[in-house]
Amino acid sequence: MAETIQSEMRHTGFLGLLQRVGLSGRALVMAVPYAWLLLFFLIPFLIVLKIALAESQMAIPPFTSLIENVEELKYQITVTFYNFHYMVTDDLYIVAYLNSLKIAFISTICCLLLGYPVAYAIAKADPKWRAPLLMLIILPFWTSFLIRVYAWIGILSNNGVLNNVLLWLGIIDQPLQILYTPVATYIGITYSYLPFMILPLYSTLEKLDNTLLEAAADLGCPPWKAFLKITLPLSVPGMIAGSLLVFIPATGEFVIPELLGGPDTLMIGRTLWTEFFNNRDWPLASAVAVALLLFLVVPIMIFQNVQGKQGGHP
Amino acid sequence: MPKSWFLRFGLMIGLLFLYIPIILLIVLSFNDNRSVSVWSEFSFRWYGELMRDEQLLSAAWLSVRVAFISASFAVVLGTLAGMMLARFGAFKGRALFSGMVSAPLVMPEVIMGLSLLLLFVSMEQMLGWPEGRGMLTIILAHITFTMSFVTVVVQSRLVSMDASLEEAAMDLGARPAKVFFVITLPLIAPAIVSGWLLAFTLSLDDLVITSFVSGPGSTTLPQIVFSSVRLGLSPKINALATIVVAIVAIGIICAGIYNARQEKARQRDEQMAQQGG
Repeated sequence: MAETIQSEMRHTGFLGLLQRVGLSGRALVMAVPYAWLLLFFLIPFLIVLKIALAESQMAIPPFTSLIENVEELKYQITVTFYNFHYMVTDDLYIVAYLNSLKIAFISTICCLLLGYPVAYAIAKADPKWRAPLLMLIILPFWTSFLIRVYAWIGILSNNGVLNNVLLWLGIIDQPLQILYTPVATYIGITYSYLPFMILPLYSTLEKLDNTLLEAAADLGCPPWKAFLKITLPLSVPGMIAGSLLVFIPATGEFVIPELLGGPDTLMIGRTLWTEFFNNRDWPLASAVAVALLLFLVVPIMIFQNVQGKQGGHP
Repeated sequence: MPKSWFLRFGLMIGLLFLYIPIILLIVLSFNDNRSVSVWSEFSFRWYGELMRDEQLLSAAWLSVRVAFISASFAVVLGTLAGMMLARFGAFKGRALFSGMVSAPLVMPEVIMGLSLLLLFVSMEQMLGWPEGRGMLTIILAHITFTMSFVTVVVQSRLVSMDASLEEAAMDLGARPAKVFFVITLPLIAPAIVSGWLLAFTLSLDDLVITSFVSGPGSTTLPQIVFSSVRLGLSPKINALATIVVAIVAIGIICAGIYNARQEKARQRDEQMAQQGG
């Protein structure tokens, strides 16, 4: 008892005051980031949900308020499911959602096929080569994403570099229309998200126990079979982490389909953008966002599970 | 280099795929001709035009200021969050917290942009703050989405680091705050620096979230780039890309040299400690 009083007496001023109201330094450290994320990350989603249930109106801000004070102490809550109903009945939105999932899925597979050999090669490389090679993979990520997507316009356009090379080689005799098609979107997403696939794959493959492969070789297992039976199954966590890091953001991608895809490359991120900026229909844009989030809840949960297990590797 | 030809080939393909577009931009930035398919002559014409573009330069200046401020705040919040997740064990609401930290890493930007804008609009309605949209709202939004990346970097450094030094200091009676500033902070300094740089780059580069939360008077560099690129090829952007790549390459080389030196110094210290002991 005497000790606690003494220790409390040691701190005067601000710290002492906090201790007297029962706040430790630890709680204070925790309060700041916690409060920040609650305010700027969690609450905004609730507001999106609220506005998805409101009606669009010509005003500032352009939506109706849900709670209205009709007379003293009497409030009326008006909720409309009009936006969700509209989304289900209009083909545009369903097509855009399905198309986004399809484009994100195919691009994820492309990243996996392209990224696996790269990650495996780096993991198998001489240790002194690993850091510089990893640096080479990360370096493009540090340069502007927007500019890297823009670079593909010059490559894929009808009189672009790729068509010129193919014409010069005599493989084609007419320029291929690649830019402004879904193919260009696949290429753009694969290109932009490839490092996100390679890094988690590398970190799983690098930790792989080499003695297992040696034992397999000693027992006469050919390398390709050892790869299929040992390396591949053991690298599944890395494959899942990488695939989710590509698939989830790619589903909501806006910039890549906007710059590289044609007007018919419908993706939900683009639809949301149009509803918000061009049609100024905030409630409908919010409903689109809520639906997109519903699609992504399961992948995001799996991602967080994997993330938690890995102890925080990106 | 890996031994198998297949792996070497895969690595080459991957690296070519990553670098050809960037190299192409750099080459084209010195092409006097507007077209990508015709090389007329070597020139700095597009660099000159870039330097004369007042609108682009003022947007770039705004972007740099926003990135600097948001990265600095994000580093503080991200470091605290990283400490909580790596060192505080189980606390009330940990699951929710770690969920809120890792979700922005994958959350589609259109969702984050829209939700933050709606938050700012609602806050203005209810509290009268923040007034309108502009640099302040952009900074708040950027802090929020970049702090997750800082947290991941700091947390993984803390997890891979031995906690025994901190525990020893605690046992010797140092207060938690002192342990943090004297022991932990210097040890995680490299992670904090790379977290800051990552946050700075992400903020500098962000288009989608910024477009939602920016106001009429605050246009950032990516917004200018986007509106000129949307109309097709614009050689000025090639020059801009080359400058960005040059800055990043110089920065990374400097960081590499610095890290190598630090590593050598650390090895020397360890050797001396072993000899002394």
